[in-house]
Amino acid sequence: MLGYMVNRILAMVPTLLIISAIIFVLIQLPPGDFLETQIAEMQSQGENVDQEKIEYLRTEYGLDKPMYVQYFNWVTGLIQGDLGYSFEHELPVNEVIGDRIILTIILALAATLFTYILSFPIGIYTAVNQYSVGDYVFSFVGFIGLATPNFLLALILLYFANVWFGTSIGGLMDEEFIGQPWSYDKFLSVLEHLWVPVIVIGTSGTAGMIRRLRANLLDELSKQYVITAKAKGQSPLKILLKYPLRLAINPFIADIGSILPDLLSGSVLVAVVMGLETTGPMLVNSLLSQDMYLAGSFLIIEASLVVVGVFVSDLILVAIDPRIRLGGGAEK
Amino acid sequence: MSKQPLEHYVNPAPFDPASVTELTPQQERYYTASQWQIMWWKFKKHKLAVYSGIILLCMYTVALFAEIVAPYSLHNREIDYIYAPPQVVHLFHEGELIGPFVYSFDYNLNMENLQREYTPNLTKINKLQFFCRSNQSYEFWGLFSGDFHIVCPPDNSTFFVWGTDRLGRDIFSRIIYGSRISLTIGLIGVFISFVLGTLLGGMAGYFGGLIDSMVLRAIEILKSFPSLPLFMTISALLPVTWSPLGVFFGISIILGFLDWPGLARAVRSKLLSLREEDFTTAAQLMGASHARVIGRHLLPSFSSHLIASATLAVPMMILGETSLSFLGLGLRAPITSWGVLLNEATNISAVVLYPWLLLPVQPVILVVLCYNFLGDGLRDAADPYK
Amino acid sequence: MNDLLQVNDLRVAFKLPEGELNAVKGVSFRIPKGKTVSLVGESGSGKSVVSQAIMGILPKIAHVASGQILFADPKNPGEILDIAQIHPDSRQMRNIRGGRISMVFQEPMTSLSPVHTVGNQICEALELHRSMSASQALEMTTDMLRMVGFPDPIRAMQTYPFELSGGLRQRAVIAMALVCHPALLVADEPTTALDVTIQAQILKLIKDLQIELDMSVLMITHDLGVVTNMADEVVVMYHGEIMESGTVEDIFRHASHPYLKALLNAVPRFDMKPGERLKPIREIIHADDNPILTAKRKRRVISEDDPPLLEVKNINKSFSIRKGGFFSKSIDEKVLAVDDISFYVKRGECLGLVGESGCGKTTLSKIIMRALSPDSGSVIFRDQENNPVDVLSLKKSELFDFRERVQFMFQDPYSSLNPRMTVQELIGEPLLIHGMKNVAERRKMVERLMDVVGLAPMHINRYPHSFSGGQRQRIGIARALALQPDLLICDEPVSALDVSIQAQVLNLLKDLKEALGLTYIFISHNLAVIDYVADRIMVMCSGRIVETAPKELLFKNPVHPYTRALVSAVPDPDLDRPLDLHDLLASKASIPSKWPAPFTVDEVNKMEMFDLGGGHFVRACKGSDALLMSHLETEEAL
Repeated sequence: MLGYMVNRILAMVPTLLIISAIIFVLIQLPPGDFLETQIAEMQSQGENVDQEKIEYLRTEYGLDKPMYVQYFNWVTGLIQGDLGYSFEHELPVNEVIGDRIILTIILALAATLFTYILSFPIGIYTAVNQYSVGDYVFSFVGFIGLATPNFLLALILLYFANVWFGTSIGGLMDEEFIGQPWSYDKFLSVLEHLWVPVIVIGTSGTAGMIRRLRANLLDELSKQYVITAKAKGQSPLKILLKYPLRLAINPFIADIGSILPDLLSGSVLVAVVMGLETTGPMLVNSLLSQDMYLAGSFLIIEASLVVVGVFVSDLILVAIDPRIRLGGGAEK
Repeated sequence: MSKQPLEHYVNPAPFDPASVTELTPQQERYYTASQWQIMWWKFKKHKLAVYSGIILLCMYTVALFAEIVAPYSLHNREIDYIYAPPQVVHLFHEGELIGPFVYSFDYNLNMENLQREYTPNLTKINKLQFFCRSNQSYEFWGLFSGDFHIVCPPDNSTFFVWGTDRLGRDIFSRIIYGSRISLTIGLIGVFISFVLGTLLGGMAGYFGGLIDSMVLRAIEILKSFPSLPLFMTISALLPVTWSPLGVFFGISIILGFLDWPGLARAVRSKLLSLREEDFTTAAQLMGASHARVIGRHLLPSFSSHLIASATLAVPMMILGETSLSFLGLGLRAPITSWGVLLNEATNISAVVLYPWLLLPVQPVILVVLCYNFLGDGLRDAADPYK
Repeated sequence: MNDLLQVNDLRVAFKLPEGELNAVKGVSFRIPKGKTVSLVGESGSGKSVVSQAIMGILPKIAHVASGQILFADPKNPGEILDIAQIHPDSRQMRNIRGGRISMVFQEPMTSLSPVHTVGNQICEALELHRSMSASQALEMTTDMLRMVGFPDPIRAMQTYPFELSGGLRQRAVIAMALVCHPALLVADEPTTALDVTIQAQILKLIKDLQIELDMSVLMITHDLGVVTNMADEVVVMYHGEIMESGTVEDIFRHASHPYLKALLNAVPRFDMKPGERLKPIREIIHADDNPILTAKRKRRVISEDDPPLLEVKNINKSFSIRKGGFFSKSIDEKVLAVDDISFYVKRGECLGLVGESGCGKTTLSKIIMRALSPDSGSVIFRDQENNPVDVLSLKKSELFDFRERVQFMFQDPYSSLNPRMTVQELIGEPLLIHGMKNVAERRKMVERLMDVVGLAPMHINRYPHSFSGGQRQRIGIARALALQPDLLICDEPVSALDVSIQAQVLNLLKDLKEALGLTYIFISHNLAVIDYVADRIMVMCSGRIVETAPKELLFKNPVHPYTRALVSAVPDPDLDRPLDLHDLLASKASIPSKWPAPFTVDEVNKMEMFDLGGGHFVRACKGSDALLMSHLETEEAL
């Protein structure tokens, strides 16, 4: 088990390295560096360019060095928690981001939890009551959920909240807490606001998850070992809970790897529409102004989050599945 | 436990082992049916998928003849009708059958809240004209000019079924024109992803070894990125100097380039299992060339699955384009796509006042639903021998 | 009611989209206390549906249409339950199921949950039907595991099914079924998926436990050999109806119904006279003037001094299983699949290759076909002019020619035909690949080949999905014959077929060999089948050939302990030749290191083939002639 963990962690290193290299290339892709763009802009507006400051920044951030050195510096910075410099905000990225990362993670985790808690019972229900009215209703709602882009759901919720209650339900916390250090009250305020975006972000993922769980369960329900359990005299409900569910849960957990990126994607749009204080709106702004270090930081954080998520799901799988744990499972 | 020994029982009914049941013509037809025929029969049973397919076909036809279907041309602005609400098509006026007509709008600027108010004038009846020529002339696909429309606004009135936007442009007509971009971008994207996915997945599955692990690693890495942020980042890098058409193709290429892992994975696993099938071995032992094994045995066995997977990938692309354009990071005016139209609805206060700005969402949901149903139907029919 | 169970006029119907299907049409039989009743039938006879009805585990789409299943539980004397009237999910039925009537299924690989321990799954049955403490339950489970033959039951409790071999899994399933001491055990093809030596052990186990626990057994099987060895009473089913039933004596000595008679005539037996033919229920008929069969092909006259058609010398092949991860040292574990194998096949002969699953026979055939390359050794094939061809060093175009000369027949009739091609395309494919481009010519040839294997040429445009297993297998034969090969390698060609179909295909293969002057390597795990078709037999175990002899010698006088175990473990459908269940060499027969003295395989001893005369060879340690001879003499004395 320990050996597996070490192996798995080591295997993550090249993945993360390649991811960082790709992101670095993206950062470097716009012609010229940010400073040049800025100088050009300032000059065109007839402003004086503080040559010294520019030179200072250039050496400080190693923009005069060859590409691979810049990459190396950037990566070592990343490992030490230094995300680089936002040229638009003229501040280190760390300071610009503030708690946005934490809020993003809270939002993603809450949405994951929501997805799992909701889809689990519904998935079981629809599988056991295949072709019942409930099954059709859930399938239909699920399809609508899949087909509706979630920014639209956000817009519709905002619209109705506005029309019916005359209030805005945007934001992740009451305004007085924005920019404030974390406190119990701030946390409570976040919790109060969290549910709307969580529902909005979680819907399409939930719909997909229900469909997959249903299909997996139906697959397992027709297997021979379920019939064996039935022949033992076990009750149908207990059979379901002990056997097929136990096996259908594996793909369910392995799904973290595909659900997490989806949730992070979805949250960007929803955050923009609902004005959430997460990384999303800032990412969009940074892209619109081509502040690539900031954008790159967001990307690498989110990608790392996914890689770690997959790692965690793998660990859970090893823990619960003896076939993986004992290295067997060479079924014919 | 003393018991009677079991009596020796022999079934008295006559027994004819050679009795062969006669085949009905349907059975004979089924027995000589190719995989595509059986799939088609299976697909036809999936009513929802068939209707979805028909709806999609209609939508693509409309997109093809957008100039004729749309009552207004793409950039036509009615400056007297800014943010006009949808006009309802009536059949009866005071209980009397008139045929399809609309009431004209009376305009009034509310001085209290400075909002435009349009009220239908119930005395002005304007019958709609069908298959008519109007002043809304167009260049059909840029090839020849015309002014023929299926429906035209009445002579001295307007015809805004789904209202107008902040420049007084007819939203319905713009949605029709927008479908051209929104419906094709998914197809182009899927085509690219299809080529890449089949090629890379096929190589990984057929050759295995190093190529396989390289492709798998690439998939793993691409899958680690949340798709939308990555997609946004790359499309933000498209040079601003590009022409609208260039941006359109750029976006479709990016969509396709980021979507291939799913398809590649499907192709790879399908190939791996097909390679184990005895009939593949049989062909190889007959001395069949690689080309024959792939072209005659492997490809036909999973092409149906590929088509189904590709169909299910189209709606994701359409949603991607819509989301991106909605954020202002994808297509930009003057290109008109549903996402670009929705970009007008970013501001929630505008939406509250003019909710019809959200209408371009309808075709998005409809198309995505139809593609999903169609793809589901195709997937269920894809394996005719199960 | 004197009997434990009575089935009266049982009818079971399936609701299908195209209408009701009657799978069981009025079946009646009894199961006396303490006796074994065998339900015999081929696939589609409805025998399994009957067992599912008794257990109350019919699939959702099936229901008991009418009839009774009366169960007189000896625990509650005087009370008679009609299982057909009890709701299958009710508490009453659940108490019977697993508690009073238990079931053992065919597939030991899939009938246990892969993520629960064996102990857990067995204990579950006890918890359901017996009120006892956890420690008592554990104790009873361990006892049961010991009783079914687990060497270390305490450890076995903690193992997962995938860690066990097929035989041990089936033992675990039996333990699970019997731990509550049921009155009736329903065994649905319990040994079909197992090797013969294991099968004999499991049959013996069931018999022993039956006496020990005083229960009745309903044995569902298609194997008449199993029936003669296990049953007291027999019920023969065909298409949902009973054809004949009676005591085992009645059925096998006084068979009356034409179906049963035909069935008995279709099974290969060991006591068949030389030249005696099996009688399939339907013989293959082909046109009298088929040019493929009538035309004297330009073929060499086979003479005794001809060099062998195929010579295999010292073939070795090992597979390495990679263990370890991405960064850790990867340990290559070598598994020897084929160990120093040499043999030859004469022109016009049928060489039988017998062995149990995993013995390396498929690997060997793949090496001959050049689908796998060996680590060392050589394969020499002789063409029509007797010129030797070194198969392993063939280059592209020569290999292409070689492929024309040697053809392969697969075991699985479903996987071996591409479902997306018509019969015309399937049989015509080798012709097309090897240069017959003319469509009309090819069609003519395909029609003739279809006639050769007894398929109506009018079905030429059909797809494989319209054919039964036996017909598909015949399409496979036609495809293999299309290029008029010299050598045909048949890998278990009939093991997926019903007995009556099996006889038909075997006869076809035999006839074609004579008519076309073919040479066969016939691979099978079924000794009786091999005995029927082969001239000379080679026995393979753990990647080695342990004994080779003409078939008369081999069955009369098997020398190697593995061959002996194999021969003694085959159940023969003959009441006069019962299995000797008490003298089972079987338990250790397939472990080479456990073989007695001159045959023991270990790191020290060098092995070689000993000539026992008359073409009889056996594999033993080098330089152990004396020991071997004395071994033979003591055997003879006994």
